[in-house]
Amino acid sequence: MTDLAAGPESHVAFVRTTPAPHVARPPLPGGPLHWVRANLFATPLDGALTILVILLAWWTVPPLLDFLIFDAVWSGSGRDACLPSAQNPDPGACWAFVRTWFSFFIYGPYPLAERWRVDVFFALLVFGTAWMLWLDAPRRDLGAAFFFLALPTVSFVLLRGSTTIGLEVIDTALWGGLLVTLVVASVGIVVSLPLGILLALGRRSTMPAVRLLSIGFIELVRGVPLITVLFMASVMLPLFVPPAWSPDKLLRALVGIAIFASAYMAEVVRAGLASIPKGQYEAARALGLGYWRMLALVVLPQALRVTIPNIVNNTIALFKDTTLVFFVGIFDFLRTIEIARVDPAWATPVTSTTGYAFAAICYFVACHFMSRYATGIERRLAAGDRR
Amino acid sequence: MGVTTETRADPAATAAAPADIAVKISGLYKWFGEFQVLADVDLEVARGERIVICGPSGSGKSTLIRCINALEPFQRGSIVVDGVSVTDDLKRIDEVRREVGMVFQQFNLFPHLTVLQNCTLAPIHVRKMPRKEAEEIAMRYLARVRIPEQAGKYPAQLSGGQQQRVAIARALCMSPKIMMFDEPTSALDPEMVKEVLDTMVELAQTGMTMLCVTHEMGFARQVADRVVFMDAGQIVEVNTPEAFFTSPQHERTKLFLGQILG
Ligand SMILES: Nc1ncnc2c1ncn2[C@@H]1O[C@H](COP(=O)(O)OP(=O)(O)O)[C@@H](O)[C@H]1O
Ligand SMILES: [Mg+2]
Repeated sequence: MTDLAAGPESHVAFVRTTPAPHVARPPLPGGPLHWVRANLFATPLDGALTILVILLAWWTVPPLLDFLIFDAVWSGSGRDACLPSAQNPDPGACWAFVRTWFSFFIYGPYPLAERWRVDVFFALLVFGTAWMLWLDAPRRDLGAAFFFLALPTVSFVLLRGSTTIGLEVIDTALWGGLLVTLVVASVGIVVSLPLGILLALGRRSTMPAVRLLSIGFIELVRGVPLITVLFMASVMLPLFVPPAWSPDKLLRALVGIAIFASAYMAEVVRAGLASIPKGQYEAARALGLGYWRMLALVVLPQALRVTIPNIVNNTIALFKDTTLVFFVGIFDFLRTIEIARVDPAWATPVTSTTGYAFAAICYFVACHFMSRYATGIERRLAAGDRR
Repeated sequence: MGVTTETRADPAATAAAPADIAVKISGLYKWFGEFQVLADVDLEVARGERIVICGPSGSGKSTLIRCINALEPFQRGSIVVDGVSVTDDLKRIDEVRREVGMVFQQFNLFPHLTVLQNCTLAPIHVRKMPRKEAEEIAMRYLARVRIPEQAGKYPAQLSGGQQQRVAIARALCMSPKIMMFDEPTSALDPEMVKEVLDTMVELAQTGMTMLCVTHEMGFARQVADRVVFMDAGQIVEVNTPEAFFTSPQHERTKLFLGQILG
């Protein structure tokens, strides 16, 4: 104990005279065997679950891969290609069918010569979405203006057409496939975000009438299934507008979706607003900012940022729910598959399965990437990026 | 009482508030529900005067100064700030808030904005100042609180003391006539208290009218024209710092000083 200052009080006073030596950290137990034991077979229950999962995978994965890839038919021009034959006695997915019908799945019955308009719409949508989702993008205020104002107007004129600028008018009855699915989902987002913000603010308002109306709307819509809202919009909307301006089927469905999505968005935004400390409001008010400026400059930028993962999760749900517009007679992506799979030219035992597998893969990929994005943002927010 | 500064002609002043009165509080009562937080508070703050408000926790100090810029409503009495009386009228309230800067215990900087943006937000959007001019003024005040080099950073990247100095600069950028501080050093680590107090002392030397809720008795002695002692929602004693610290009159004051001075 050379560190201890010698002397009669050495048992109470202490002055370090030599620095503590640097000692290497004891090695961790390592190796693949250790990892397996620690992660897969730590307890008897763990071991049993591991074996169960392996058996399940053994049982499901190979047949699935066989169907989707190894026994699948990739090319051909008719049902004969996908029927059992000498070379392929038990054919898997008939991807030849999907390839033939692919453009119908994307555009529906939209006229061939005008499909470039849909492609431009897709490009604009991707551009606007990327601008919104990329948090460090330059001029995100411009991005928001583009996404919430320019994109909807331009897309409407582009897709529907307008004789004044020489674009042939395409009736919405001819819209279909992925086009309609994306139109429905993006109108849902574009309308529901601002409306949801207003409803969330209304719900926190000090004015009883505003508060009651907001709560009433939110709770009413959240209390019924989407399909009910869609039917109501389909059936009741024509009652409120003059017959001369009878809204078409797609517009009615869009109104229903927008109403439904707004109520859910309102609740998501409310959670974001609740996460903003009282001090932020007080500091803004003490600086003389009025109510709307305080919201626009101080509260919403922070509240929406922490809300992004939930907004995206909401979007995932909405994206999947768009399949319900099928029931009010809209040709969405799933509906085009429904039509194609009964095509007599491709009548085989695997056609329906292939069609549905294709739909499932498409929905899964889209939702999975949105979900990954939401998780990424969540992690970034958790890491303390409060900008 | 220690009216120390020059009298300025002020068009906004009315008969109710002579030009040399910055804040006039008369017969102020406030309740939170049934609970009476403030009772019979009278206080006149002269232009250029520095007032330190102290008192035990829960005595209503924060509530009192928050009534002045209408962050809290009150039920009886009147407050006149720079000739404008604080009422429910939103226009009047905004008028008052533009002239009264406030610094909070928890800094309350806007975390999504840079230091510079924190300072220019209100001048640009409330005073309608051109951005360039607002930025020049902000840099001047950031230099005055000695952190011009942090202008591009976000609040979370600064220490507590630096954040509080930004908060002071942010308030000053509105060119307020009155500055209010609500325990500005209470949330700081001990080694950062001094830098904030130094900034406040320098501000006091410019002749700013200041109302400071603080328990920093050294600051009170050095800067205050008067010390106001509150207890249970009432003003119990008002005096010059020397008299307040050397010969407190009221029993509650003696007890309080005994507790905090040890
Ligand atoms: N929003 C509120 N609602 C109800 N009571 C409150 C509220 N804010 C403060 N109070 C009460 O009012 C009293 C005075 O509070 P405050 O002014 O914060 O005291 P101080 O700043 O002197 O510590 C305390 O008893 C506190 O509990
Ligand atoms: Mg307080």
